[in-house]
Amino acid sequence: MDDDHEGHPHPTVQDAPEQALFERRVDALQALLIEKGLITADEVRQAVEEMDSRSPALGTRVVARAWTDPAFKARLLADAKSAIAELGIDVGAIATIIAVENTEAVHHVVVCTLCSCYPRGLLGYPPDWYKSLNYRSRVVVDPRGVLKEFGLELDPDVQVRVLDSTADMRYLVIPARPAGTEQMGEDELAGLVTRDSMIGVAKTRTARAR
Amino acid sequence: MARRRSSEPVAAKFKPGDRVRVMANPAVRGHVRTPGYLQGKIGSVEGIHGAFRNPESLAYGGDGLPKQFLYLVRFDQVRLWEKYGGSSQDRLLVDIYEHWLEPG
Repeated sequence: MDDDHEGHPHPTVQDAPEQALFERRVDALQALLIEKGLITADEVRQAVEEMDSRSPALGTRVVARAWTDPAFKARLLADAKSAIAELGIDVGAIATIIAVENTEAVHHVVVCTLCSCYPRGLLGYPPDWYKSLNYRSRVVVDPRGVLKEFGLELDPDVQVRVLDSTADMRYLVIPARPAGTEQMGEDELAGLVTRDSMIGVAKTRTARAR
Repeated sequence: MARRRSSEPVAAKFKPGDRVRVMANPAVRGHVRTPGYLQGKIGSVEGIHGAFRNPESLAYGGDGLPKQFLYLVRFDQVRLWEKYGGSSQDRLLVDIYEHWLEPG
């Protein structure tokens, strides 16, 4: 359905032929594994639901704790996976997470130019733009220009550090804590942290803008 | 003599601060984990992540052993891109496996 009613288009998703091919391949593989008794359909469903349950809300809790507890932040920067586990969040067996901190002087932004490496265990599924060729090919060449398109204009004095996570590392950006939030508790602070600020293409919400 | 197959490599070839060059004509083909835009470029080792199964072997059904050291390598943006529009202190940091690096 791709009708244009009430004067505005409703976008729909059209399966590309390649996608359909890979989907058929996955379906065939899954059917075979189930037939051979190596996995069950229920296990597949559970794994999908587990992945679907991940959301940036997990990451916002980590950031809010880092803002309020300097010792936790130090542990997070030294060994993110164990620090995150302290909050009862298991990022999964495969992921190795590295946390980097944005300050007034340094701004990190994360990309995967080869594919879409992303800390899914902590932020859920990556946004479509993160996986787009446009973002992946341009943010390494012109990070300041791309960030400006996201509405983030950085001072020339701020050092930009683009992290191209092409291998086994998954990066989490700890955004700078917004001013005027000294009285806020952890839960309230977590509400200021956005997914995009943990990728590094945006700052957090400001205390006033809430 | 049969090649020793250990899951852990002996020692990292490079240390933080070392100048390294990303191989321009790598022996590896196919599903690689090093972006083409870095081939032949010189950077420096920012840190060592540790050793991981070689993804370029895993991608083709191999066991990924022996493990390969993975480095965080830092490049100056102004040296990577001829017309870089940002600050000279801007950096690009990329995870690169040891077999893609040579002394720079």
